[in-house]
Order: sequence, then structure tokens, then C-alpha cells
Amino acid sequence: MTANKSTNQAFVIDADKGLQKLIAVLAAEGYQVVGPRLEDGAIVYAELASSADLPVGVKDKQDGGNYRIVKGREGVYFDYVVGPHSWKRYLFPPEQKICEFRRQGKAFRIVEETPDVPAYAFIGARPCELQAMQIHDRVFDNGEFADPAYLARRDAAFVVAVNCTQAGGTCFCASMNTGPKASGGFDLALTEIAEKSRHVFVVEVGSQRGQEIVAKLKGAAATDGDVSKADALVKKAAAKMGREMVDDVGPLLKRNLESNRWYEISKRCLSCANCTLVCPTCFCNTVEDVTDLTGANAVRNRRWDSCFTMDFSYIHGGSIRREGASRYRQWMTHKLSSWFDQFEQSGCVGCGRCITWCPVGIDITQEARAIRDSEGRA
Amino acid sequence: MNQMAALVDPMVPAPFRIERVKKELSDTFTLDLVPAERKRSISFLPGQFNMLYVFGVGEIPISISGDPGVGDKIVHTTRAVGNVTNAMWKMGVGQTIGVRGPFGTAWPVEEAEGSDVVIVTGGIGLAPLRPAIYQILANRQAYGNVCIMYGARTPEDILFRKELEKWRGQFDMQVDVTVDHATGRWGGKVGVVTKLIGRGGFDPHHTVAFVCGPEVMMRYAVDTLVERGVSEKDIHVSLERNMKCGIGFCGHCQLGGDFVCKDGPVFPFDAVADRFVIQEL
Repeated sequence: MTANKSTNQAFVIDADKGLQKLIAVLAAEGYQVVGPRLEDGAIVYAELASSADLPVGVKDKQDGGNYRIVKGREGVYFDYVVGPHSWKRYLFPPEQKICEFRRQGKAFRIVEETPDVPAYAFIGARPCELQAMQIHDRVFDNGEFADPAYLARRDAAFVVAVNCTQAGGTCFCASMNTGPKASGGFDLALTEIAEKSRHVFVVEVGSQRGQEIVAKLKGAAATDGDVSKADALVKKAAAKMGREMVDDVGPLLKRNLESNRWYEISKRCLSCANCTLVCPTCFCNTVEDVTDLTGANAVRNRRWDSCFTMDFSYIHGGSIRREGASRYRQWMTHKLSSWFDQFEQSGCVGCGRCITWCPVGIDITQEARAIRDSEGRA
Repeated sequence: MNQMAALVDPMVPAPFRIERVKKELSDTFTLDLVPAERKRSISFLPGQFNMLYVFGVGEIPISISGDPGVGDKIVHTTRAVGNVTNAMWKMGVGQTIGVRGPFGTAWPVEEAEGSDVVIVTGGIGLAPLRPAIYQILANRQAYGNVCIMYGARTPEDILFRKELEKWRGQFDMQVDVTVDHATGRWGGKVGVVTKLIGRGGFDPHHTVAFVCGPEVMMRYAVDTLVERGVSEKDIHVSLERNMKCGIGFCGHCQLGGDFVCKDGPVFPFDAVADRFVIQEL
């Protein structure tokens, strides 16, 4: 994990050989290399053996409730944006063992796990996703309590960011100030320049660890021309965002906790929890204690949970949020409004996953706009 | 990132042994717990809670009902209403319970010194207030008038009845009890607990109020206290939400921008007043 801003010096590596080398060097350093792969018609994050595992020459078409992989520019590595996975599945796994309990007569013994801490190298973390990781850093180290398993994984992870030169149909990072260019939170950041005559990555260094890895790639120093070309590509992506979040959405939602719009949305919302599962910042989880058939051993697991379930807010006598409208309100206001009260920043990074993967195409940016437009029109 | 974080997982409980089980009411009981492995002193603040784990069943938040001045055991009073509390109900002396905590904010008992103290509570809500009452009584001369107003469903549901009677007999505090439904030979008051507030002998402008009970009861209690002139910032309420961690990680207990587990459960009313009136928040 890195907190430093990038150093000034940038390098250029050949797109094919350089990327191949980068993955090989990281693997040789002992990292478990994870990156985008095309599986079952979607870009997911899975283990990479080499750069041959990366999806090449493909694009994604995204819209509310719609995701399709289509042909992209030939040979281009990062022509798509983000898919249904995010890096949280590696830093904050969907299910994680906390400890075990063993029965001993009337009593029981607690067996603490020595957590196995994988050292991941993430290839292709997008700027919005870097922001999501920084958001989780605050969630899982809140000043009073810290989650040692998360912090250990995060500390060990090597992050290779990729700046976006394409904007997806549901992307709105530009209006959330979280992209499309990474400003920090990476060890290395790549920008792909794919021209007919020349296909390279401009490599920025964001940490000492990044410096050490980049030295092994033997790239050439980037020229000012390379750097400004890379910047121009990213700027072009910023201008092509498929969506935009309204200004000052935090206070807007706080003023409208009793808006009729929540009921409007709940007529469409299926409470399926897809948005919370694909969201790179949703962190809600539950603790489950599972006993084996002998009744002598129990395991405590932490599992992803969602505020869209009835169980989520259950206390004796019933659930606090019985209506779908209340559950959607909880999700959206938490993400865009109360997150500021809790962590002094937005919980939304503008990645657009919740729009794309909503089976009925509910669009968080459109709902925010509808609430804004309803103001003063009571 | 601190070094401690690498060593201590706040999600792993410590084993405690049940030293005593006391049946309080038909569905309510008190457990005295002592550390099972090594002697250690227990400290908590009135109003805080622990996460209690029953082997193979699950873990739930339960407020502490014991005396903060007693440092060798931890006392919890609860009703058997769910899977975990029903399993606890069946447990006996010598069995082990996992404990994590204490968590959460406290009743501002020390800050209330010099003021009158009004405690308005209903049902099991008396349990998280009992530590505050013990602490006030241990330092009684530091406070002005002390009033306890307690409501139960029926005379049979009056929690800690012997203690309420004892406190009432001490001549240094006002203890008023009412029931929703009179049964048997009940000759006391009948009606909601908020009705007792009007008669309470306290100076509203120099009063700190602690309120704990069902949310609807707390709403009316606060309204009545405010009508009498108590300031919203001097009224403290204890909230209840689903909790899986107690430390702000699981997200279940959110009430707008607050995590009830670590920003609460005790809140000054003015800090939550805006959210108190919104349904299903």
C-alpha cells in the first residue's frame, strides 16, 4: 500500500514486452498477481499467470442494467473499464474466518486464527478503485478499532494502477473527483498509449517499492511528449463520462429523507442487493457462527452482507427497515451523504457498477437528479 | 496503522464463566460472569454494552447491568426473546460465554454532578440504567434531587423490584412506578411512564435526564421533559439497533451518520433529534 504521490520521473515500457516483464517480475518477487480476465462474458479480477491471460482487444458496453463485451481496438490491453468485480474481494474477502471455538466439557476454548496474509499484486486498478481502497482504509481503521486482517492484506498488496483512457457508459468518476487519472494510492501507474506505430505504457512511480520494481523493467525515461500525450488521453476520457453526479448531493439527500422519490424507486427496486455486492466501497458484513455436525467445533466467519435484506436491521420484534423504500434510502444516503458524517468523505467513487449491474437499471445519478428536481415542487 | 492492530483482533471474544444465574421475571434473567482464563479487573462505564457469545449459537449486544464499582465480575440482565438469549436462558453456573467489550458511549453520570437527575425508563430499559443509579448513589451528595420513573407492563413485570423498593425507602430519592395493566392486588399507579414526569420533583433548568425504553416511549418522554423545560441537550437516550461487531465495521447499527455501537448507544437527544422522527431510518 502506498500513500505517496507519484514522483516526477516517469518511464516508458513497451506494451507487450513491458507488461509481460512487469507481471513476471512481480511473480518472481513472490506476489500473487491478480488482474482483469475475460470470463463468462465479463471482465473479472482473477489470478494471472502471464500477460497472455489479460483480455486484449476487447471493450465493454455499459448502461443501466446492461453489460456487453464487444470487439475493441486490436492489441489494446485496457480498452474497457470496470466489471462486476472489485479489489475488495481480495482485501476484504466475501467470507473470512475470524476464529474457531472448541467445546471442552461445559466450557469452550477459543482458537485464534493466525491469518494467512497473501501478498497480492493488483494489475489494472482504476483510479476510482484506488479511491475505494483508501475509503476502506478509513473504514477498517476507524481510530478506535482496526481490523488486523484487512490491514495486513492491504499493507502487503502491490498496486499497479491503470489510468482510464476510455470512459464507460455508466462511469461518473469525473464528477466525483476520483478519476479518470490516479493522483496517488498506487505503487506504479500505467497509461496506455496505443498508436499504429507505437504501443507503450507510460509508467509513473508512486512508492519506493514501485521504484524498485520499475528499475527491473529497464524502461526508458518518458519524454515530455509521452507524458503530455498520456495526459491528453485521460482528459479525453474525462470528457466522455456516461453519467454525472449532481453537485452537493450529500446535503441534498439529507434534506430529502422523506422524499416521495424513495417510494418511486422502491416500485422498481427488487432489493436484490446486487448494487451492494458490486460496489467497491460497500463494507457491511455479518458475523456467522457455524457449528459442525458433532457439535464440538464452531467457526466464526465474517461474510459480506447487504442493507437490502430484512435481517440486516432486525431487532427483537421486527426489522427497522421494513419497506423497500427505507432500504434503498439507507443504501443511497449512506453512500452519498452520511458517509461524510462517518468518514469525512463520499462513499461513492463514481465507478457506475451499481447502475450497470442493477437488474432493473436503477441509476443512482438519475435518482439524485430526480430528488434535486423535486425540491421546491412539493 | 498501529502495532497493536497487528496483534489484537477485536472480533475475537474472551471466555467468561457463568458464576451466578438469577431469574428476575418470567422471561428475564441476570448472569454474573467472571473471566475464565486469567484474573483481570473489569471496568466499564454505565450505559456500555458487551457482545455476548453462546457457543455454536451466535453473538448479540447486551447492556451491562451491574455495579461499575465492583471490578471482579460483569453483570448482564436480559430477556429471552431471540435465539441467543433463549440459549442463555438455558445455561447454568460453570458454563462459558464469550465476551467482547465493553463498547459504546456512557450515561454522563459525572457530568451530571451538581444537577438534579431524572431517570425515565420502561421495562428492561432499567437494566442499562442500573449501573448509572449505582454510581449516583455511591456519590449521592454530589447530586441534587434524584428521581427514578419506571413503567412496566404489569406488576409482575417490574424489574429489580426489591431494589426499587429499597431505593424508594432511602428518603434521598424519588422512585415512582407505574404499570400499563394492573393485575392482582396492585394498588399503585396505572398508566404510561411519561405521566410520572409531570409530577417529578426536579428543577427542569438544572436537570440531566437519562431515558431508556422502547423508542416510542422515549419520544413521548423527551417531549414531556422538554415541555417541562428540560433542554434537549441535557436529555440522554439509549438506542438499540442490530449489531454484529460493536466496533463500527459491520454497518448494521447505522442511524444516519452514526454507528449506534460506537457513537452510541447513549446519545444526547439534540444530536439525534432530527433522525428520531423519521420512520425506518
